[in-house]
Amino acid sequence: MKYLSQITLITAMSLVGELFTYFIPLPIPGSIYGLVLLLVLLMTGLVKLSQVKAAGDFFLSLMPIMFVSPLVGLIENTDAYRGLVLPVLLASTVSTFLVMAVTGVVSQALIKKTEGKEGHRDA
Amino acid sequence: MLNEAASSVSFFGIFVTAAFYLAAVKLQAKTKLTILNPIIVSSAAIIILLLVTDIPFEVYAYGKPLEDGRYDGTGASLFQILLTPTTVCLAIPLYEKLSYLKKYPLAILGGITSGAVTAVGSVLTIKLIFGLNYEQYVTLLPKSVTTAIGMSVSESLGGIVPVTVLLIALTGLVGSVIASFTMKLFKIKHPVAVGLACGTAAHAIGTSRAREFGEIEEAMSGLSIAVCGIMTVVLASVMAMIPI
Repeated sequence: MKYLSQITLITAMSLVGELFTYFIPLPIPGSIYGLVLLLVLLMTGLVKLSQVKAAGDFFLSLMPIMFVSPLVGLIENTDAYRGLVLPVLLASTVSTFLVMAVTGVVSQALIKKTEGKEGHRDA
Repeated sequence: MLNEAASSVSFFGIFVTAAFYLAAVKLQAKTKLTILNPIIVSSAAIIILLLVTDIPFEVYAYGKPLEDGRYDGTGASLFQILLTPTTVCLAIPLYEKLSYLKKYPLAILGGITSGAVTAVGSVLTIKLIFGLNYEQYVTLLPKSVTTAIGMSVSESLGGIVPVTVLLIALTGLVGSVIASFTMKLFKIKHPVAVGLACGTAAHAIGTSRAREFGEIEEAMSGLSIAVCGIMTVVLASVMAMIPI
C-alpha cells in the first residue's frame, strides 16, 4: 500500500503538470510544473517527505535507463544530424568550460561579498 | 536468424536495455573510468548489436510487430513513459538540500543564473556562427541541464531529441574531466562555488565528480541540477520564441 499511495501522489503531480502545459500557452514541459508543484507542497508541509520518498527514490534510481533508447535512436534517420557534428562538439567542450568558469567565479565573488559584510558586522 | 527471433517475441527491447545498462554500470565500477559513462557505453553496444544482427530499431524500441503493423509496446521506449513522474521526483533531492539554499541564497541563485545564461548564450553564438536552423538551435539549447529536463525541453520546443541526449551526456563527461583544471585556472576554491560550478555546467555527471571534492561540493552540485534545470526551461522557452 505504501508504494501504491506514493505512486498515486506522484502521478497526480504529473497529471496536474500536464494540465498546466495544456492551459498555459508556453513551451514548458508538464514535468517541470509537476516538479515545482511537488517542491511547493513539500515546503509548505502539505505533503510529507515520507509520503513520496520511497517511490521517488525508486523512480530516480531507474532514471538513467530512460535515456538509453533515445540515444539508440541516433541510428534512425542520420540525415537529420548532418551539420550538427561540429556544433555539438563545440557546445559540449567550449561552452561547458565557459559555463563552469562563469558559475564558479560569479558564485565565489558573491560568497566573498556576503561573508565580507557579515565579517564587518561582527567587527 | 537473431533478427527473426527478436521480432517474434515480446520484451526484447526492455530486457536488452536493462541487461546492457547493468553490464555497463558494472564495467564503470570496475574500471573507475569517467569516460566509460554507462548510458553512452550501453547505447553504443546496443546500436552495434542492432546493426550486426539486423534487428529493426522499431522492434527494439516498440516491441513485437503485430499483424496490423503496430507494435505490442514491450520495447525499450516503455521506460520513457516513466520520464515525467521521475522528473517530478527531482523535487525530492532538491527539497532535501534546500537548507543550503537558505544559507547562501544570493551566491546560489546568482551563480546558477550566470551559468544558465552563459549556456544559452554560448548556444546562441554557435547558432549564429554555423547558421543553424530553428530545429537544430533548440536541439542544442538545453545542453547543460539534467537529461530528464533537457529531453522534455528539446521535445516541447521541437528539437531532435536523440542529439540533445547525446550532447547532454557529452557535456557531463567533458565537465567532469575538466573540473579540476578549470577550478585551478580560475582559483575557484570555496566548496560552495566549486559545487555550483560542477552541477550547473555538468549536471548529474558533474555531481559525481563533485562528490570526490567533498560533501558540501556534492550537495551544492545536486542542488544546482534542479535549480539550473528550472531556470533553463524558462530561459530556453523565451529564447526559442525570439526570432533571431
